[in-house]
Amino acid sequence: MSEDFEARRRAARRKAGFLKALTYLGLSIWAVVVLFPFYWMVLTSLKSYGAYNSEHTPQFFTLAPTLENYQQAFTAVPLGGYLLNTLIFSLITTAAMVVVSTLAAYAFARLEFRGKNLLFGAFLSLMMIPSELVVITNYVTITNLDLRNTFTGLILPSITSIFYIYLLKESFEQVPDELYRAAKVDGTSDLKYLWKVMIPICRPTIVTVTILKLIECWNSYVWPRLVTDDQAYFLVSNGIQQIREEGFGRENIPAMMAAVVVISVPLVALFLAFRNKIMEGASRGGIKG
Amino acid sequence: MNIQLQELTKRFPARGRKARGEVTAVDRLTFEVPDGLLVGLLGPSGCGKSTTLNMICGLETPTEGKIFFGGEDVTHLPPELRGVGMVFQNYALYPHLTVLQNITFPLENLKGAQKLTKAEMRRRALEAAALVQIEELLDRKPKELSGGQQQRVAIARALVKMPKVLLLDEPLSNLDARLRLQTREEICKIQKKTGITTLFVTHDQEEAMSISDRIVVMKDGVLMQQGAPQQVYDDPANLFVAKFLGTPPINVFEGTVRKERLLLAGQDVLAVPGAPDGSVWVGIRPEGFTPDANGPVACGLSRVEVLGRDVSIVCTHPACTTDTLRAIVNARHDVDGAADTVHFALHPDKVFLFDHETEVRIPFAVQG
Amino acid sequence: MHSKPNKAWLYLLLSLVLLGAFLVYPLIDVLIYSVEEGFNFASQTYLGVGLYNYSYVLHDPYFLQAVRNTFVLVIITVPVSTGLALLISAGLSSIKPLRKLYQTVYFLPYVTNTLAVGLVFMVLFQKTEYTDGLVNLMLRWFGAGPIDFINGPHWAKMFVLCFYTIWVVMPFKILVLTGALASVNQDYYKAARVDGTSRRRIFFRITLPMISPMIVYLVITGFIGAFKAYSDAVALFGTDLNAAGMNTIVGYVYDMLYGDSGGYPSYASAAAIILFVIVLTITCINLLVSRRQLRD
Repeated sequence: MSEDFEARRRAARRKAGFLKALTYLGLSIWAVVVLFPFYWMVLTSLKSYGAYNSEHTPQFFTLAPTLENYQQAFTAVPLGGYLLNTLIFSLITTAAMVVVSTLAAYAFARLEFRGKNLLFGAFLSLMMIPSELVVITNYVTITNLDLRNTFTGLILPSITSIFYIYLLKESFEQVPDELYRAAKVDGTSDLKYLWKVMIPICRPTIVTVTILKLIECWNSYVWPRLVTDDQAYFLVSNGIQQIREEGFGRENIPAMMAAVVVISVPLVALFLAFRNKIMEGASRGGIKG
Repeated sequence: MNIQLQELTKRFPARGRKARGEVTAVDRLTFEVPDGLLVGLLGPSGCGKSTTLNMICGLETPTEGKIFFGGEDVTHLPPELRGVGMVFQNYALYPHLTVLQNITFPLENLKGAQKLTKAEMRRRALEAAALVQIEELLDRKPKELSGGQQQRVAIARALVKMPKVLLLDEPLSNLDARLRLQTREEICKIQKKTGITTLFVTHDQEEAMSISDRIVVMKDGVLMQQGAPQQVYDDPANLFVAKFLGTPPINVFEGTVRKERLLLAGQDVLAVPGAPDGSVWVGIRPEGFTPDANGPVACGLSRVEVLGRDVSIVCTHPACTTDTLRAIVNARHDVDGAADTVHFALHPDKVFLFDHETEVRIPFAVQG
Repeated sequence: MHSKPNKAWLYLLLSLVLLGAFLVYPLIDVLIYSVEEGFNFASQTYLGVGLYNYSYVLHDPYFLQAVRNTFVLVIITVPVSTGLALLISAGLSSIKPLRKLYQTVYFLPYVTNTLAVGLVFMVLFQKTEYTDGLVNLMLRWFGAGPIDFINGPHWAKMFVLCFYTIWVVMPFKILVLTGALASVNQDYYKAARVDGTSRRRIFFRITLPMISPMIVYLVITGFIGAFKAYSDAVALFGTDLNAAGMNTIVGYVYDMLYGDSGGYPSYASAAAIILFVIVLTITCINLLVSRRQLRD
């Protein structure tokens, strides 16, 4: 009896060990699938143009890394300009979004007014509207206002985001009512209360929202593509598309990869710095694409 | 079938980044659950009683020591081969399955020679449901049931495999006070009806005392005392057990023994033949006091609470370790609530002495 | 606080103006555009009102191809990515060491620029006159012939597009599913183990039903996301998707609006509304089916 148990136990343990090994193997395979493109882009960006083009069989490493591709990425095409444009666009849009959304969220979370629930319901239902549907008219509006190839035209339609208003409102509502009443008794104005109490308490959410919006701005492609055709106003996504189609000539892959690395580094750095915040915020409903 | 634990020890790696080494959750625990009895494993939260239960059912492996079921070593057996039924604190009823499906679930796991037909499974499930009287709830989902009903379903699911041992983890803690009283009698009844060896874990001493055949008291992973509830209550092995059992709790004083006499705040209150000289902790059960104008213990009277059959006298004493002490006396005694002081005589068998250092009981011969 | 109800509107003013101008007005306007026949962008005039724009779009071979491509993309990527994410999340939650590291790595595609990394995928899959590319090198290890995934046969291009789409959407799905798995009370698993339930049965009878609301959520958002595929395709095949035969519905909308064949906001509007109707219908079907399943 007990020997039988012993055998079954050993078999079970062997099976568990095998399963664990299989799990790690599977997870590692996916990790390689995820990481390999990053490795390949860094590797290729370090290969010299001549060396890359003479490799009929791709090499998995290089013994003669060179930075000439990076130099070329900044000189042959206005990559620095693209980066600067994107930075300006992302910072202004995000800052404006935070201000506008915070005010709106505060009104929904703390102030009383007629039709509040109705209006908030309308906001939520607007969240369902795909941007593809409204981008057509926005394109026409911006064109008619003569705002093509301006930062104003890029930024204005990108500011509002109902999802972030919703996130902020949820966070504001966590702040106990007593604080608001106490502040009112002390004669604090609403704006001062928002600035001195709400924002410091809800800072984690505001930081999350800011970072998510920054990432969104950095990666935006469709809208900038529609309203800019002057290279001087290209963002990185459009820049990379431009590079791909005509920039270095289709064959200078290493220089292209250098540009890709330059574009990706700020995002990866931001991600590694705010990993937990980004993942938590994303899990609450931010969907890419 | 009885359960025996032998020098059972469980150590966990310490949590936190800086902490190194191990935490001992259960320390050389040895006790026995006799065949067919209901045993309560009792202790404050974090004392290792749940870990002990998990080791008995096989969810955790002991670091050292052995577990025997009916004389057979099951220490390293996986849970499904031990023949145990377990009821979890929050019942762990699968929310997407109906009551009947929940009860049938364990039977569907049986393989090989033990495999049952659909009809057989249904018959067994209905039998278990009848045992706990939930036949009319079989088609409902767990969230449509009250706490007490969920509890019964959980017990039925644990019993359907006809286990040799039933384990219950804090079975009553999720119920409100009224249901708790009713359910604990229910558990007691089911246990007596099935005669299944049952071990349940609780932090509520009243619960354990009221239904157990035996209780096992634990503290910090160490066995404090075991025995029949009344016996443990009447004869606590140490100050912890004395303080842990009984409502209202025992009154604890700082006292001294000199020449086989017990002194409280310098006053001679009781003869304690056989007790050595020295300072001691003195535990006096609330029912150990009798109002007596000539009694040796003088207390400042705070208030008198009428309970009906009994009267609870709340008063102060300079040697008492708490602000007030409480005496429960029969309502026959006429206590003047307006008086400043009240005098008590002591029942020697309700007075316990404990060593001031080790808190271990110091026996003395009870006279009269 | 009741004395000054107008103050709240002041706080809302900015968002209301922006939402009104760039979300509500366009929503109405797009409907109008879609029924204005023969709209001339330069003179802002139109000939009449009717459904001609819809009929034109529905008969346009480019649109039909875009619809075909989009449906293939949806039907392949949604089940594959959800299933794969489920497998990976289940694996992740069964291990302890290295879990954080794996989670961080898996999330990386979420924060990358779709266009930029798409270029890397293009390089990996492309076959040029100089080199067969890395993927073809690996194919050769298994004895398969070189295939140009970027400029070659349609099925090969579709494969790359699906592969890249899955790569991009996996982080979100893994994140949501690991969260869902972690929120399942451990006691259920303990109870199942005491009853001797096999791993398979635990997964299919306990874990899966418990996290099914999250799976439904992922499938629905996955459908919506995949129907709106566009920039992944641009990244891989360039802006002239019609020429590559790889256009998507959204791509068609943008091409109609602004591109080599552009300047037709009416056609673009009609196509966008058709897309919206398709997405809405499929979302509703999804919800109905899943609700019936959940009730059982």
